Amino acid sequence: MLAVGLGHYLTVAAILFSLGIFGIFLNRKNVIVILMSIELLLLAVNINLVAFSAHLGDLTGQIFVMFILTVAAAEAAIGLAIVVVYFRNRGSIAVEDINVMKG
Amino acid sequence: MVAALNWMIALPELVLACAGMAALMVGVFARRDAWNTVSMLALATLLGIAVLVLSGEAGVGLNGLFVVDAFAVFAKVLVLLAAALSLVLALDWHEREGLARFEYPVIILFATLGMMMMVSANDLMSLYVGLELSSLALYVAASFARDDLRSTEAGLKYFMLGALASGMLLYGASLTYGFAGTTRFVGIAEALTAGPAPIGLIVGLCFIAAGLAFKVSAVPFHMWTPDVYEGAPTPVTAFFSIAPKVAALALFLRVMTGPFGPAIEQWRQIIVLISAGSMIVGAFAAIGQTNIKRLMAYSSIGHVGYALIGLAAGDHAGVRGVLVYMAIYVVMNAGAFACIVAMRRQGIARERIEDLAGLARTSPMLALAMAVFMFSMAGIPPLAGFFGKLYVFVAAVNAGLWPLAILGVLASVVSAFYYLRIVKVMYFDAGDAPFDARPAALSVVVAATGSATALFALLPAPLVAAASAAARSLVGG
Repeated sequence: MLAVGLGHYLTVAAILFSLGIFGIFLNRKNVIVILMSIELLLLAVNINLVAFSAHLGDLTGQIFVMFILTVAAAEAAIGLAIVVVYFRNRGSIAVEDINVMKG
Repeated sequence: MVAALNWMIALPELVLACAGMAALMVGVFARRDAWNTVSMLALATLLGIAVLVLSGEAGVGLNGLFVVDAFAVFAKVLVLLAAALSLVLALDWHEREGLARFEYPVIILFATLGMMMMVSANDLMSLYVGLELSSLALYVAASFARDDLRSTEAGLKYFMLGALASGMLLYGASLTYGFAGTTRFVGIAEALTAGPAPIGLIVGLCFIAAGLAFKVSAVPFHMWTPDVYEGAPTPVTAFFSIAPKVAALALFLRVMTGPFGPAIEQWRQIIVLISAGSMIVGAFAAIGQTNIKRLMAYSSIGHVGYALIGLAAGDHAGVRGVLVYMAIYVVMNAGAFACIVAMRRQGIARERIEDLAGLARTSPMLALAMAVFMFSMAGIPPLAGFFGKLYVFVAAVNAGLWPLAILGVLASVVSAFYYLRIVKVMYFDAGDAPFDARPAALSVVVAATGSATALFALLPAPLVAAASAAARSLVGG
């Protein structure tokens, strides 16, 4: 049977992280998908930290994860609030409609 | 190693956190007109905290998560000064724009708290929490004009790219933790000196540098800057262009010279590249702009490029150069934005460069001050901006970074074109009606920052000495 080691966890985290990055850049549909991709980035980091923490036998990584989870919740709240005020003004949250200012 | 809790070392931050929550309570329970009360309370708090910061002692506290040294004190005083100046700019503007809600000064207080934590971070965890505390407050500040499409779009763009940058920084932090075995800055430096640097640590370094480059809006990660600067309400843009920039650059300096100091050969190439890129983009992309806030955005990208030259040098002279540069930058940028805030005609805020036409006749003092700031940013000799550039260029030459210094000189020649264009519009173009009367507070800010910029050459010694002491506490020498 295959033993699951540190390398496997790091690979999963790296794949999730890349998915999150691609989700942000390739997505042309909806801002909510970008919020989900951001969440994916942070969760990939959490997997990394927990895997390292278990591997090193050191609790610091897991404490770090607690901080990240807390901040991610606050970040999601603020992100959704901004999306709501934007929708009120624009009437759309499609990514291609976020173009009032060039750039 | 069990370091003492020593929480007294974080007294200014603790007081600021309590004052922020108290200001929130005052705003909630006051019957009406809480805007003025809370704004004054916030201003008084910022000044009081500056006194506390200056009278505090150096040391490491909170079990090694938090450090106070001359470098942190210097950067914190700059951040507090920047926050106070931008709050003064907001006083009148927010009332006229119908944004006089008491949440704004509270957001500024919490953002400042986050920046002070960043500056004092001594561990990847406190770095992250401080960075997020300031970023979350800044996302809200950018979209503070919640009924204005451009402001909410600015907030949305800033949020999306800011969260991406935090994600990259965190991924780097997780790799660094894994390969160094600790999140302490001291421990990371020890892991790097112990032997050949593990490749994971270098990858982590690159991700952390990318995240920080986003926060200072250095070049490959600068895309958000022009849109956010244009869309956000002008006093908020003023705040963005000074306070977070000082805090993020200070953090950049601490992270690169502290934990990653032994890997200087690896990160120097990265810093040289983003510094050169920022100077070039800042010099050329600003030329075609018609909106003055967008122009200031590209100008700030260029200024970050110049400041990063000092980081690339990475020694005492380089760090001192960055600190002097940022101190001067805060003063002249706050002044320039005070002039932009004063651009209001028939009750409507104007932000095109043509709106400045004829200012020399309708409001000679304002035009003179704006000209001083523009000449200073271009780096014309007797003004403060010249000395800022001088210190970083000399540091670069002494560190053997000739090409970067030459590129910096060339970029400042190119950027002089668009700074001088503003002076030309003010002094030689036929103008419109005069601007509306500006409040006294704005005139005071313009006069104070203008004379500080113009007369810096007479008394540079105190600032340079303070920056030198601060740099010594960071890199020795």
